[in-house]
Amino acid sequence: MAEFNLPQNSRLTEGKAWPKPAGAKKVTEFKIYRWNPDDTANPRTDTYYVDRDDCGPMVLDALIWIKNKVDPTLTFRRSCREGICGSCAMNMDGKNGLACTTGIDECGARGKVAIYPLPHMPVVKDLVPDLTRFYAQHASIEPWLKTTTPAPEKEWKQAKDDREKLDGLYECILCACCSTSCPSYWWNGDRYLGPAALLQAYRWLIDSRDEATGERLDNLEDPFRLYRCHTIMNCANACPKGLNPAKAIAEVKKMMVARQV
Amino acid sequence: MLSNSSMRTPLGRVRGLGSAKSGTGHFWLQRVTAVANVILTIGFLCVVLSLIGKPYGAAIATLAKPHVAILMLLFVVSGAVHMRLGMQVVIEDYVHHEGLKILAVMANTFFAIAVGAACAFALLKISFGG
Repeated sequence: MAEFNLPQNSRLTEGKAWPKPAGAKKVTEFKIYRWNPDDTANPRTDTYYVDRDDCGPMVLDALIWIKNKVDPTLTFRRSCREGICGSCAMNMDGKNGLACTTGIDECGARGKVAIYPLPHMPVVKDLVPDLTRFYAQHASIEPWLKTTTPAPEKEWKQAKDDREKLDGLYECILCACCSTSCPSYWWNGDRYLGPAALLQAYRWLIDSRDEATGERLDNLEDPFRLYRCHTIMNCANACPKGLNPAKAIAEVKKMMVARQV
Repeated sequence: MLSNSSMRTPLGRVRGLGSAKSGTGHFWLQRVTAVANVILTIGFLCVVLSLIGKPYGAAIATLAKPHVAILMLLFVVSGAVHMRLGMQVVIEDYVHHEGLKILAVMANTFFAIAVGAACAFALLKISFGG
């Protein structure tokens, strides 16, 4: 059955409360998930206080401030700090998003900012989830142009309106915010491909230059791979790039019906 | 069954047993019966509302009319099919033990057929004056 309780060794405990920065006027409290694979302790939530006058406006700024000034052991991924690499995806105040494009003030509704790794993924350490399966699912939809016709001398031609069909699809940065916000992906992530992989599947299905559309549909036609999507729409709500994976999945289902009816 | 060992490659595990090459029929039939249910439920409600306060004999006489009986039969068949499809999706979502899942899917089918058959039998009996 679906599990509604965390296993014994994954249950959260109250962690360390770090001291408030001396002399700070504007302070925000952060409760951050910590788990270290190198000891046998259960995960815990540590409390940190960030001096907002000494720190940038985004959640990532606060995490970097904490790592530099309070606790260098705090582990998280980050790279571009401008919402294009997808590395700093995490769960902030109960919602998945990118720490670099989420303002601290956007998620302090309860007086403090709670930060957890992306939900329902194995944790590597602290805020770093293991996305191995997520990347394999992306690879499984074969996200590249597939053609039988020999490649033209110059480029594959595409009409302007056909190119426009890729807008809202190609911008995906594979941050995994959508897939890890999806309850269907939580319960059946081993067989359901999830919104991110399916959005990319549709990106190649709708590409006028691709010649493997039927083969791609065959590969997706499965009660679990595709049809676990129940249009819950958490994916569209979570996407930090404003994309709509649920709509892309609905379009894939329409293509499936169109070739049968 | 295929191994799910951590020594298998992630792509091997994701590909698993491959695509079932089915699922669209299930999905489409669920939509078709959903649309049918909207129309048939309106008809069903009209029949039920028209019988409010009427005696037993009048109810039997109404249900015996061919167009009412056909409407009711269609309502039962469409409802039972839709119920079976919907419940199967719920079972596949939440029951992860393979044996238990197959048992539940089977029991769900039996239940839907039994309920549908019982309703259809009652309607036909009334309709044919048994």
